[in-house]
Amino acid sequence: MISTVVLATGLTLILIGIWGTLTQRNILRIVIAFSLIGTGTHIFIVAIGYVTSGTAPIIDRGLSTSEAPMRAVDPIPSALVVTAIVIGLAVTAMMLAFAIRLYEARKTLSIDAFTESKG
Amino acid sequence: MIRRAAIVLAVAQFGLVFAGLLVGHVERQSLPPLGKRYVELVPRELGAANVITGILLSYRAFDTLGEVAVLFMVAASVGLVLARRERRKENLLGDARLATRQASEIVRTGAQILVPLIAIFAVYIITNGHLSAGGGFQGGAVAASSVILLLLADPRQRFDQQLLSGMESTAGILFVLVGVAGLIFANGFLDSRVLPLGQFGTFFSAGAIPLLSVLLGVKVGCELSVILDRFRT
Repeated sequence: MISTVVLATGLTLILIGIWGTLTQRNILRIVIAFSLIGTGTHIFIVAIGYVTSGTAPIIDRGLSTSEAPMRAVDPIPSALVVTAIVIGLAVTAMMLAFAIRLYEARKTLSIDAFTESKG
Repeated sequence: MIRRAAIVLAVAQFGLVFAGLLVGHVERQSLPPLGKRYVELVPRELGAANVITGILLSYRAFDTLGEVAVLFMVAASVGLVLARRERRKENLLGDARLATRQASEIVRTGAQILVPLIAIFAVYIITNGHLSAGGGFQGGAVAASSVILLLLADPRQRFDQQLLSGMESTAGILFVLVGVAGLIFANGFLDSRVLPLGQFGTFFSAGAIPLLSVLLGVKVGCELSVILDRFRT
């Protein structure tokens, strides 16, 4: 039940991101839309790893080694997301760097000013 | 008009695919075999309480190394993309405005109080990666957030790029050396059992995982700081 709600949240974020990349004209807003797609994907992946009434796969007083395989959530999607967040940050940094260069070229952040590659 | 219709159509089609995923989703009742194996093996074989850190810094540490290489490449390419800007700085309107603008009293005082606290928190997250939620990546990101706060408080703040790059490269080399040590003294590249496992759940435990975590934290923190510094006008 919980994972379905989280899954729906992630998918909605991805949809908002796709809509934003297609409709927005400001480059910064497009970058934000791409980040939304990334964040939505992360939420989606974490939600897939959820096990009913599971807890974080960290052994401590509340979760002994023997009962961990029964009560912990899947650690693999979480480990994947840690790396995916870093890649997302890298992509955002690159996009922002290009945005700065594009702004210097045309003194505007609107993609309507960049018509060279328009077919 | 056609454009708008095409966008609506595209978003609607994605929505349909996602709705299918959502309807077909069944929440897991138990762990899948691989996840179960990791949850059993990490505390037993590696002595790490945090299964995710165990996966990231031992079983899949080679991927983590690749991840850090990606970060390094991004730092390099952001520098490449933004490099030519330095020379034509004066004809940029934004720079002149930025140079004269000072951060407000609140931001400057806040930075003075918060930066040390954030730094301590980052060290805590990095060094406790094998015991509780945290690890090198997360702690490094927190450390970089203190750098961005410093930059916000004073945009003209100078960071020693040479020192940052030096620390970052040293951490990277040591990370690989620990990996090679795993190849010689344990079962494979980046095997964390080169150091004694120690008492489970204590600070000095889980073999080389805390060491790798610290190296990773230093590397990620320095790399993110370099990236942030490159964006400064």
